[in-house]
Amino acid sequence: MSEATLERGMNAFREQMDAPIASFFSSCVNCGMCAEACLFYTETGDPRYTPINKLEPLRRVWEQEYTLWGKVKSVLGLSQPVTDELLEEWESLIYDGCTLCGRCSMVCPVGNDISYMIRHAREGFVAAGYSPEGMKGASRRAVTIGSPMGVKYPALAAQIKHVEADSGLQIPVDVEGVDYMALLSSMEIMNFPEYLEALARIFKQAGVTWTISSEAFEATNAGIQIGSSDIARELVNRVVVAAEKLKVKYVISPECGHAYTAIRWEGPNLIGRPYSFKVVHILELLDELRASGRLKTEGMDETRLTFHDPCQIVRKGGVLEPPRNLLKMVASEFVDMHDAREMNWCCGGGGGVSANERAEELRLKVFKRKKTQLDELNVETLVTACANCRLVIEEGLEEYRMEIPVVGLTEMLAEHLVEDKSE
Amino acid sequence: MSTSVDFLLWVRGPGFDIALVVFLIGIVIRLLEVLILGRKPDFAEPRGAELGAGLRTLVTRTLPEQGSFRRSPFTVVGGYIWHIGFFISLFLFIPHIELINATIGLSWPGIASNLVDAVAAVTIVTLVAMLFSRMSHPVKRYLSGPEDYLTWLVTILPMITGYLAYHRMIDPYPLALGLHILSVEILMVVFPFTKLMHAFTFFIARWYNGAMAGRRGVQS
Repeated sequence: MSEATLERGMNAFREQMDAPIASFFSSCVNCGMCAEACLFYTETGDPRYTPINKLEPLRRVWEQEYTLWGKVKSVLGLSQPVTDELLEEWESLIYDGCTLCGRCSMVCPVGNDISYMIRHAREGFVAAGYSPEGMKGASRRAVTIGSPMGVKYPALAAQIKHVEADSGLQIPVDVEGVDYMALLSSMEIMNFPEYLEALARIFKQAGVTWTISSEAFEATNAGIQIGSSDIARELVNRVVVAAEKLKVKYVISPECGHAYTAIRWEGPNLIGRPYSFKVVHILELLDELRASGRLKTEGMDETRLTFHDPCQIVRKGGVLEPPRNLLKMVASEFVDMHDAREMNWCCGGGGGVSANERAEELRLKVFKRKKTQLDELNVETLVTACANCRLVIEEGLEEYRMEIPVVGLTEMLAEHLVEDKSE
Repeated sequence: MSTSVDFLLWVRGPGFDIALVVFLIGIVIRLLEVLILGRKPDFAEPRGAELGAGLRTLVTRTLPEQGSFRRSPFTVVGGYIWHIGFFISLFLFIPHIELINATIGLSWPGIASNLVDAVAAVTIVTLVAMLFSRMSHPVKRYLSGPEDYLTWLVTILPMITGYLAYHRMIDPYPLALGLHILSVEILMVVFPFTKLMHAFTFFIARWYNGAMAGRRGVQS
């Protein structure tokens, strides 16, 4: 990457400007209602975390360069320029204090999609050199090593061996011409290998042909989080190349929120063309298997449990019904949180916040929102479908001394699988 | 009294023409500034259609999301009251309708003047309360700059001058009416260059919001 400067940042801001962003800035009346939808404001009471305020640098670029009146004000010296100092000050608001959860975009009375703007504003921050060290490191590792956590294929190969030994099943690697290519997040490889085993068992039962690519198994995309299209494009491209090489019909996005946004919604636009394959989220695929009778489960979990909707999969991904359809198969005492589905509250660690070490204290503080939601329900188990949410929630629960196990939905289904014992 | 009559004639004549030209050209420029930027093509396979979802959000955002209403009841209720009150005063007061009819030939039934009077009083009180809220609520106070107070002022001035003129509280009457019209002209001139533009751009914003979410299969 070339050296980050304010000028490059300004150019990146300009490249992001489009009609939606201009209409949003034109419409904001500073009513402040977005603050009440943001856990960073509700849990801290600090008005600087008001979502629209996090966009002040981008707003200035819009006003000064994309409106006639703003240009006049600039000429008369009546406007405040975007400076290094401004970006430095705002860096913590736009990175530490926003998880791109998109809840604010659901409540704005004039209809502003604020998280859309934040995703775009981050492009300018990265180009100007103002992004958190933790996220820079994750991006660097993703590009050079292939994983934000530095996981290389040998580590996955070792996990595959373990899973194969435990389950007696074979995990297909680099098999050409199968229907599905499964992606994994580094967290699933290192922290939750249960997911891989669950996939193998479910796919065997359902007769799904699948493979993992040794060249592109990583689903996460640090470029999307830090806001660098260049990095994001590079990472998406690896998956596209591998999927096209293996001639699969589908790529499966795993239990990871932003990975789905990256590969499903942003990916084709990053590479500038539609894919030759389709992208499905694992929950969408499992729900399809359920509907067609290929996913069979037995027994019901009778503990009182709830589902945490990962923002990027549900509110911003549109996978709304599958998690509940699937939960109903295996849980009799499922209850929804007060604000569920597309109005769910973020775990506090999305959008790269969990990769940003300096944001840890703030992240644990805003976890109080999730704690409040859980306290209202008095549940014994929390189910989710994002490895990042899962880890962030586990840390939050530990911080607040709450003993609620957190389970991935796919592995929960696998536990109730009716398995063919004929072999 | 010739000076107040002259003043009235000016605000009704050249003054109004100037304000109208600035208002109309300003709005067209502002809308073009937004729309000309366009959108990049989206290559991701859509899950839902943009059009229906966009139009739906255009309507549904008029009602607050439940949790937001609970957390910002004053902003929501106050916002409704003064917007509705402002539009009733503007479009259902019979002398206003007659003026519009004389200017562009469109007419519709109005409501009793004393009812408009009551609505105007409530609107003015609500606008004052909204100002206090803006100055005291930590978020609104933090977000607010000169433009927020200027737009408040140019919005309440036509309400106040109209109220004073209706009750003959300024003497002579031509002066009262002239001040009322002038305050409307100030509103019209300020309108295209400030957040007052939201009255036009919110249609675009809501549509984009709904359309982009609808594409992903979410009704925003």
